[in-house]
Amino acid sequence: MYAAEFNYLRASSLAEAHRLLAANPGAKLLAGGHSLIPLLKLRLAAPPAVIDIGRIAELRGIARRGDDLRIGALTTHAEIAASAEVRKSAAALAEAAAGVGDPAVRNRGTIGGNVAHADPASDLPTVLVALEGAVVAAGPKGERTIPAAEFFTGVMTTALRDHEIVAAVLVPMATRGVGSAYTKFAHPASRYAVVGAAALVAVNKGTCAEVRVAVGGLVPHARRASAVERALSGQPAEAASFAAAAARVRDDLGSDVLGDIFASAEYRAAMAPVYVKRALAAAAARAGLA
Amino acid sequence: MKVSITVSINGRAHTAEVEPRLLLVQFLRDVVGLTGTKIGCDTSQCGACTVLLDGMAVKSCTCLAAQADGCAVTTVEGLASNGQLTALQEAFWNKHGLQCGFCTPGMLFAAHELLRTNPNPSPEQIRHGLEGNLCRCTGYQNIVRAVQAAAAAGGRA
Repeated sequence: MYAAEFNYLRASSLAEAHRLLAANPGAKLLAGGHSLIPLLKLRLAAPPAVIDIGRIAELRGIARRGDDLRIGALTTHAEIAASAEVRKSAAALAEAAAGVGDPAVRNRGTIGGNVAHADPASDLPTVLVALEGAVVAAGPKGERTIPAAEFFTGVMTTALRDHEIVAAVLVPMATRGVGSAYTKFAHPASRYAVVGAAALVAVNKGTCAEVRVAVGGLVPHARRASAVERALSGQPAEAASFAAAAARVRDDLGSDVLGDIFASAEYRAAMAPVYVKRALAAAAARAGLA
Repeated sequence: MKVSITVSINGRAHTAEVEPRLLLVQFLRDVVGLTGTKIGCDTSQCGACTVLLDGMAVKSCTCLAAQADGCAVTTVEGLASNGQLTALQEAFWNKHGLQCGFCTPGMLFAAHELLRTNPNPSPEQIRHGLEGNLCRCTGYQNIVRAVQAAAAAGGRA
């Protein structure tokens, strides 16, 4: 498949990327290419110019910033999955990154491209919503921080403004007694989430003191499952509570559950409690270890 | 507007003027003439186009040639030196890790990537590590045996 013709421009700094964006209306940004290149090949996107930001050093790397991990937009899924810091402080994110696509895909795909693309079947948005992460958007006049829950607004739609570039993702670091996990029903060919569930559970003396859950894959964008959260809060951290709370996810799904030729909306909705339950159990187990 | 790129392929620099939309796999096959790298699905799922880009396995159907400018690429043609097969190639031969051979170049690099990050994988880890590569002949049993044999021989290259 051949993309439509476009001009290729390469930015060596964020400032240069902003200049090129301003000078090339309709241009698309290219990092690892694993979201954009498939769209170009299918001609679902046909921008006049593609600006390669893949070599901008300031957009790379994982660092502590206050109570958050700041993960540069160009950090690959493989780097996130292998990071001792992410595995320790945001286990669900490392777990989700380790399950994106396959090893070769994880070597190229980036967290910034992933969130900017906002595929409903993507894994990382679900985790970021559950962990109450945020996206750092760099505009020509400075940065702003957008909570993940407000960043994803629809199918492949985000709160990013024209001329803003995803610079980093912020993830709060887990404290003692808090665990997180991500589970998914992966499509067998693409490994995209047919159903994805992320959970964060704080366990105090055997009780679920704080619960945060998000689902993705089967809804237009990752969203919190507040009925599940309410049902589990204050309950014992045990299998029966997880199953009972997970069953409430149907109340959170609403009427816009996605279906396709591989898995109908009804089937996905039926599977959602299974994956939510598994995510809750895994998160609670990690809370015990922490 | 074409762009000028220079890519080191199997240790030799290749400079060309290419269309920005040209994929790395098309550059390797159609411009440089190295047809060992295959195009299977063209949607980054089957892994037939897997090569090493600066030492890491990547799917060359999902990389613009322009993105590889200044980088080093290894294709299957660059593995053996002076007729001496690498440990993985030798193992694929000995264990009959191929039937039609179409997926083999990609499988070699997926296996290389696995052994780079996990030199002694279990059979289950090998299957997991190769999940991005499809064998249309379904000859997976012998591919797993080949990777096990190469790991036991201590060679990934």
